Amino acid sequence: METTQKSPRYGMVIDVDRCTGCGNCMVACAVENNVPPAQAKVTERTGMTWMRVSKLDNGLPFPENRSVYLPVSCQQCDHHTPCQSVCPQNAVEYDIESGIVAQIPVRCFGCRYCMTACPYHARYYNWFDPEWADGIERTLNPDVSARMRGVVEKCNFCHGRLQAARAKAAADGRKTESESDYTTACAECCPTQAIRFGNLADPKSEVSILSKSPSAFRLLEDLGTEPKVYFRSEQEWVHTIVKKTSSSELKEHSNG
Amino acid sequence: MDKQLIARGVTRTSLKNFYLWILPWCLLLAVGLYAVFLCLAKGLNQTNMDNRFSFGLWIYLDLTVIALGAGAFFTGFLLYVLKRKELKAVINSAVVIGFICYSGAVAVLGVDVGQPLRSWFTFWHPNVHSMLTEVTFCITCYLTVLAIEYIPVVLKNRKLKKVPSMLVFEFELHKLMVVFAAVGTFLSFFHQGSLGGLYGVLVGRPFAFRPALGIWPTTFFLFILSAAAVGPSFIMLTTWAASKISRKSLVKPDVYRYLGKISGSLLIFYIILKAVDTMFWINTVSTKGFSPAGFYRMQEFGTWILFTEIVVLGLVPAIMLLSRRVRANQKLLITAGAMACAGIVLNRYVMTIQTLALPTLPFDVFMSYVPSWQEVATFLAVLSYGMLVYSFSFRYLTLFPQEREIQSV
Repeated sequence: METTQKSPRYGMVIDVDRCTGCGNCMVACAVENNVPPAQAKVTERTGMTWMRVSKLDNGLPFPENRSVYLPVSCQQCDHHTPCQSVCPQNAVEYDIESGIVAQIPVRCFGCRYCMTACPYHARYYNWFDPEWADGIERTLNPDVSARMRGVVEKCNFCHGRLQAARAKAAADGRKTESESDYTTACAECCPTQAIRFGNLADPKSEVSILSKSPSAFRLLEDLGTEPKVYFRSEQEWVHTIVKKTSSSELKEHSNG
Repeated sequence: MDKQLIARGVTRTSLKNFYLWILPWCLLLAVGLYAVFLCLAKGLNQTNMDNRFSFGLWIYLDLTVIALGAGAFFTGFLLYVLKRKELKAVINSAVVIGFICYSGAVAVLGVDVGQPLRSWFTFWHPNVHSMLTEVTFCITCYLTVLAIEYIPVVLKNRKLKKVPSMLVFEFELHKLMVVFAAVGTFLSFFHQGSLGGLYGVLVGRPFAFRPALGIWPTTFFLFILSAAAVGPSFIMLTTWAASKISRKSLVKPDVYRYLGKISGSLLIFYIILKAVDTMFWINTVSTKGFSPAGFYRMQEFGTWILFTEIVVLGLVPAIMLLSRRVRANQKLLITAGAMACAGIVLNRYVMTIQTLALPTLPFDVFMSYVPSWQEVATFLAVLSYGMLVYSFSFRYLTLFPQEREIQSV
């Protein structure tokens, strides 16, 4: 589908009712973006997962107990992007051509202020030197640079794929990439197609239509940062939980 | 040689006693430097910080020592710009303490960042919207100003004074001191404020976020005021501690009282504004769908922490310091000064540690963090460095000009 002439604003709609919590998106993301395998010393809190799947539970006993999985990556905040405004050396970039919030690891000096600023905890620091077992380094994606110890990184909607789509568009004589040229690894690999990716600025696109459905919601919407990652669920209790904020009484629902 | 370096008219402990005093600090510094080496060589995996607790003990330490070191800029401002001559008795000590606090903070920041060799990028690719850019520029400039302010104190050393060119340099530098004091005050105001702004701008952390007054969040102004308020108290405390450890009277009692009065006057003003700010925060955070009381229901961070900060370690010492009767009693005066400093130490703890511990997402959990030995050792290295610089300065430089006069009496 060809996008309108307006600059695209890429976003995602994740159907949590479809998500089985298989973690395929996490693996696909790591492979696509050269995220190194976790070392033995790595903990849940020092690990590198651009996409993190959390579990939400309605807290009721069996048989009323229900749970859903919520894949959370960078929410690509569109307004007053919290991480971008705080970075002292412009290592976080908001691309007006795509709406993507990108990280420039070669410019980052690892102060981690952006991580403090991110309400979604979607930024990760390289606490260890990246290491790949012998032979595995040959599987690295040549379109994405590996990052070094001491810098911050995060989901950038598979920037390598965007570059490839732009190159293809240029080769075909088009000014902008088309939606069919570009999708993220997590969306492509989701076995239940729970993750949909596309141009939110195009009113005809699937993500744009899904994002406007009554069952769609965004995380921490009240903060006013206009995230471009939407979630969908037909289950009322999911909406109830995500609408409540952390300082309410809901931390027992967590298993993230 | 040692005796020739000590100022005329004052007595100092024997060289052996001095060595015994600095030995433990040297050992602590050595352990700390080893921890620093580990962090630089192996990376910040040597710390207990993580992706959730991305800031830890070191940032807390930086914010705290810089607030306490504010005595240097504020005393300089009062003495050189507002001509409050009473403060001449402590200005040299204040400059040394300021220099220690700021240089210590910058050194720790050098370890705290993942790629210290890229620190200059902030000057090359500055993001003018970032509070950290403002902090970096101001701290770098102000540390230079403090070093310049420290030079005349060093050049006044008995031995160095004998070199004519140094004496002339010191004299000329001293004439310019009003300029440096004014520049230092300007820079210090900004970076004390931007340290407050560092957390106040965090729209994603509703516990810390504050609305903007002009272009800065309210914490910007509260940090300036609180630092200016406790700076004199910290100068008072350090002078008192130096006096107790050296068993000498270093300044006249009215200097303590004057410092206490300045501290109290600013502290009461700060506490009123802090209380107003807290009430505004309760209202604004509610409109964003957060429950203000909810932030105080998690683990040990109850409302007691807010009460302790504003009333016990804020209002109470402010009232004490404003009371002439309390100021006349040195024990009470020092207690009040210590309480005021503790209040600001707690405030910086709340802003840095409590902010990060509190979850933001509805399915997040409260996180705790205990610093690793490497983090603690690095902190202790800064403390040891400070003790050593101050001890050497106290022994060989004239930190308290009134001392000779008091001793001759």
